[in-house]
Amino acid sequence: MSFSNPTRRGLIKTGAVASAGLALPTYLRADGHAGFTNAPQGSTVTLGFNVPQSGPYADEGADELRAYELAVEHLNGGGDGGLMNTFSSDALKGNGILGKKVEYVTGDTQTKSDAARASAKSMIEKDGAVMVTGGSSSGVAVAVQALCQEAGVIFMAGLTHSNDTTGKDKRANGFRHFFNSYMSGAALAPVLAANYGTDRKAYHLTADYNWGYTTEEAVRSSTEAMGWETVAAVKTPLTQTDFSAYIAPVLQSGADVLVLNHYGGNMVNSLTNAVQFGLRDKLVNDKNFEIVVPLYSRLMAKGAGANVKGIFGSTNWHWSLQDEGSKAFVKSFGTKYGFPPSQAAHTCYVQALLYADAVERAGSFNPCAVVEALEDFEFDGMGNGKTLYRGADHQCFKDVLVVKGKENPTSEFDLLEIVEVTPVEQVTYDPDHPQMAGGSLGSCNPGA
Amino acid sequence: MDAIILQILNGLDKGSAYALIALGLTLIFGTLGVVNFAHGALFMIGAFCAVTFSKMLSFSHTIIDETQKDFLGNPLKVDVPYIHDLFGQATGNAIIDWAVPLSILFTIPVMIGIGFVMERGLIKHFYKRPHADQILVTFGLAIVLQEVIKYFYGANPIPTPAPAVFAGSFDFGAMLGFDANSIIYPYWRLVYFAFSALIIGAVFAFLQFTTFGMVVRAGMADRETVGLLGINIDKRFTIMFGIAAAVAGLAGVMYAPINSPNYHMGMDFLVLSFVVVVVGGMGSLPGAVLAGFLLGILESFASMAAVLEIIPGINQIIIYLVAIIILLTRPRGLMGRKGVMEE
Repeated sequence: MSFSNPTRRGLIKTGAVASAGLALPTYLRADGHAGFTNAPQGSTVTLGFNVPQSGPYADEGADELRAYELAVEHLNGGGDGGLMNTFSSDALKGNGILGKKVEYVTGDTQTKSDAARASAKSMIEKDGAVMVTGGSSSGVAVAVQALCQEAGVIFMAGLTHSNDTTGKDKRANGFRHFFNSYMSGAALAPVLAANYGTDRKAYHLTADYNWGYTTEEAVRSSTEAMGWETVAAVKTPLTQTDFSAYIAPVLQSGADVLVLNHYGGNMVNSLTNAVQFGLRDKLVNDKNFEIVVPLYSRLMAKGAGANVKGIFGSTNWHWSLQDEGSKAFVKSFGTKYGFPPSQAAHTCYVQALLYADAVERAGSFNPCAVVEALEDFEFDGMGNGKTLYRGADHQCFKDVLVVKGKENPTSEFDLLEIVEVTPVEQVTYDPDHPQMAGGSLGSCNPGA
Repeated sequence: MDAIILQILNGLDKGSAYALIALGLTLIFGTLGVVNFAHGALFMIGAFCAVTFSKMLSFSHTIIDETQKDFLGNPLKVDVPYIHDLFGQATGNAIIDWAVPLSILFTIPVMIGIGFVMERGLIKHFYKRPHADQILVTFGLAIVLQEVIKYFYGANPIPTPAPAVFAGSFDFGAMLGFDANSIIYPYWRLVYFAFSALIIGAVFAFLQFTTFGMVVRAGMADRETVGLLGINIDKRFTIMFGIAAAVAGLAGVMYAPINSPNYHMGMDFLVLSFVVVVVGGMGSLPGAVLAGFLLGILESFASMAAVLEIIPGINQIIIYLVAIIILLTRPRGLMGRKGVMEE
């Protein structure tokens, strides 16, 4: 065999083969083998944090990113260790994941499914991310989850509340720690009955997209089961900013409760408009008119200002919780950034740690090994009490908080107060519950 | 009947905002011949003038309250506005409560200044360029302005409430002999409608009854002839750009309590305002006002549950549907003049 007489044709062939090899995504290249996509090589492992860095949820995305950076710091042995000190699993040692230093890349979802998929794809194919996590929208979560399933990486969902994420759109490679619409309805209904009675007429305004539908369905079925009547349910465009035309007819309908199935800017505007119309000062059917916001977020409550006072809603976590896990996370986050974390930050931080812990317990980054480690995993000490990552749908089951807008806040972060911690048994449902109908997990995909 | 009255009322405040923005757009187009896609951003900046002024009034120093704890268990840092030190807590709070109406005084010079800088610094270079170029550059400017606002104020809406005296709503139903609560309308929206009517009236009076206005109208009709008479029409048109910016800014200031200002609010209004201008007739000031109120009211009717049951989704397309019908039947819009935007 001689290399001394290269021919032009040979050179072209060799060049073409080499070019094709280089052009392949990293997870299809020889160095990405080991049986699964983006198997970490060398002394580092790369995680992909896909959050909204621009667009209407940019502030929420910024808080998620802070939480991920804190999680990486703790995983690599920095800081005070945060929730690693209270987590019931002791697999994490503060030496990275499986001894590999954790590095990360970030992407901007823009809260648009196509942009989120593009940034996740780039993190997987170009940066070699072995896990993708983040997001502040169910549409984005469902889209990125499907992409991760195809690519053979794990997706740890961020803030996504639609039933569909772990319902009809669930995937074997995807996991959700955040609660969902069904749980909001199940947790809220008894509190609403206790405070407002069982003889109420509800008027729903619902954001005209997937999350809005599942939330309306969940709250309607829960409240109707306890005796409430739904007099109307009107869909509002996602792009709507002034809701006066939708709110004005509410009193004419005979309703005495307005349920705002809105999130983000929609929630801020519809609630502000409803309060402006003086609905809460009215007496209808001999009862005080009430407003309910099924999904609360502190960042949204800040946008609505004093309008949230006294209004019930649900939330996944709140910084004022007094369990050891919550206190540790608030201390860690607050010391680093100077303000308490949001629920979006909490769920993202926890997801990062849960993934790392699953890899440690599995002894491998192989997505199928991670799936096996996470399925039916029971844990505690992460701020939500005892929690189960149910294997049947990859949904976390834990206590749900019912909160109320605080009457006398002491700071811009002190906007919500916890009125009830709804026990997990009350928000648990069968995997084949009608609200979760359709779809199947399928089998895990390790990729390459 | 009460439902109809309610939706007419509802359309008035939205129509007021459309009319004010469209009025400014038409002033700029009628005088300078520029299609200004940055006009929505001026509306948004106006709203943020209210936010800024409100923050200025609340400018604080910090004291430590040992009796309360913060989220980390440290003594609570309490912000005390300097205005409390100056006027006492009660008067200080009353001034902060009235921040939005007071910010009008702050907004007018700021917006006129921004208008001058925009016109002299950028837009004047595009007078003789095609409308497509003008649209591209002003749309780009709008995106830059909203990103600047987002950088300084964040992406979340910022609550900017109206004075407490305007909280709640007026019961027109009881006044008109219908059932109580059948026609309610927030006080601040009534204020907004009255304010809009005042501004629109002032702009028309300014153009109609002052020498300056007469020259501007003459310039809008025949710029070349007015120039030949030795009048520096460009200077007057620059001033008109500043006035149009102030009108958009004032519309934004007073809108701040209706919807918490966010960096994107200008874009939300921009497209609809252009539809208003086109339906009203390019270059027609009365047309812009008429179409603003008309489309605002139509949008309200289309959002009624009874209407949506018959034609689902009509609320999202009604304005564009009406625009298509009017442009098919009256290509120059409701009150458009011959020769404007025509070959």
